[in-house]
Amino acid sequence: MAYSDKVIDHAENPRNVGTLDKSDPNVGTGLVGAPACGDVMRLQIKVSDSGVIEDARFKTFGCGSAIASSSLATEWLKGRTLDEAEQIKNTDIVNELNLPPVKIHCSVLAEDAIKSAIEDFRRKQSQRRGA
Amino acid sequence: MALRFPIYMDYHATTPVDPRVLETMLPYFTENFGNAASRSHRFGWTAEEAVGYAREQIAALLNAEKPEEIVFTSGASESNNLAIKGVAEFYKEKGNHIITTRIEHKAVLDTCKRLEKEGFEVTYLDVGADGIVSVDAVRAAMTEKTILVSVMLANNEVGSIQPIGAIGALCKERGVIFHCDAVQGLGKTEFDVRAMGVDLVSITAHKIYGPKGVGALYVRRSKPRVRLTAQIDGGGHERGMRSGTLNVPGIVGLGKACEILKNEWRGEVARIAAQRDRLRDYLFAHLDELHINGAWGEGKRLPNNLNVSFAYVEGEGLMMAIKDVAVSSGSACTSASLEPSYVLRALGVEEELAHTSIRFGLGRFTTDEEVDFVGRLVVDKVSKLRALSPLYEMAKEGINLKSIEWVAH
Repeated sequence: MAYSDKVIDHAENPRNVGTLDKSDPNVGTGLVGAPACGDVMRLQIKVSDSGVIEDARFKTFGCGSAIASSSLATEWLKGRTLDEAEQIKNTDIVNELNLPPVKIHCSVLAEDAIKSAIEDFRRKQSQRRGA
Repeated sequence: MALRFPIYMDYHATTPVDPRVLETMLPYFTENFGNAASRSHRFGWTAEEAVGYAREQIAALLNAEKPEEIVFTSGASESNNLAIKGVAEFYKEKGNHIITTRIEHKAVLDTCKRLEKEGFEVTYLDVGADGIVSVDAVRAAMTEKTILVSVMLANNEVGSIQPIGAIGALCKERGVIFHCDAVQGLGKTEFDVRAMGVDLVSITAHKIYGPKGVGALYVRRSKPRVRLTAQIDGGGHERGMRSGTLNVPGIVGLGKACEILKNEWRGEVARIAAQRDRLRDYLFAHLDELHINGAWGEGKRLPNNLNVSFAYVEGEGLMMAIKDVAVSSGSACTSASLEPSYVLRALGVEEELAHTSIRFGLGRFTTDEEVDFVGRLVVDKVSKLRALSPLYEMAKEGINLKSIEWVAH
């Protein structure tokens, strides 16, 4: 299978690789997928007090398309509000990266990772307010 | 010698045609284009003579008693189909039970599955973690109804070499026909149809530096004389076992490829095994958490095969990162099923590790420079991808990945 230039670019030069402190109350972490299925994404966001994502980091175990999908997601997340971030759909990733049908699950996983990170952040915030 | 890219390390999939083979074939496309079945003129005689010579070359490599025991086909898938369906159909009055293993090629497994639908019973034997079936397992599976045992010479993914001689002896003792898919092992390990008691053997040219689209089935003619029901009807070529005009250039190429192997395989195998070991040693010296899939040791594994799981790095992702090198993976990220290799699963390799496996297949034209380049490239890319892997980070932090409730999607 031939990869699109954008997938190759992201896979060879992944953006925003790294780890944020998951105990930081301003950091939300999403860990989705399963090793037995061949792909795991960990996506983290750091949210400012005004609700804007000021940093996003990822690490991914998976094929080139999975790495590219999560790399692209971190690029898109930076500078967005949480509500804007929630608007990112897997189909946006498919279109941007020209993913073939067998790789659509990579984009679904990236969308799940975004949602999961946001959810984790909100849970932490509500716990903090509740405490 | 300067490296040329991409580097080919997928010799289990196919091989380039040896220039000596190509040279031998060429006249049979042009001036000697005759139909080997034409009995009335020189064009036909020349073609028939060339086909006869190829039969001798192939028979010599297999140590068959007579060249007439070689039946030409379009390749090993057809040979496997003809052997298994042909025996099943011919001997169905005698019994309806077939024994094979879980790690056979799909051309054997899917043929057996079709026969199951037609009322045959098939036992698919398990293999050990070494990828080798035990003779005792074959013996235990035999019943009064068993008519055929089909076991490969060597596995295409993990290179495990099966105890063909011992299974052959058992089959002789029980009067059961023994078929061996020898595609991967031929010319890489000892193989002798008479010494090993094999009755039917599938081979193909393109795995032994011959052309694609031509193969053969060895069919024993005495002690016992094996009978087959033809699967392709027509002009009655190949003594009625396989109709169809013979692919003369391809057959000439298959013959030449076998002749080269007969003369050179031992020396070739020693060189390739040394290169393969050097690649393994380099990888293991520079990376942690590597796992060899399948048996290790002379006589247990093909000399050109290295199947390694690079834990925490997904196979397809790694293949993309080393795109200057042609290899294959037991990861199934490319397939719609998302199921990793059935062979690795049969060996008991966990799915997590199966997804990280890479098969290196070395061959006749692999150079030391290529081996060294591939070793360095793989070490570099695996290190980078592990820095990108959440699993590697978690494992290094001491988190037991099995304790996590993963959400499969």
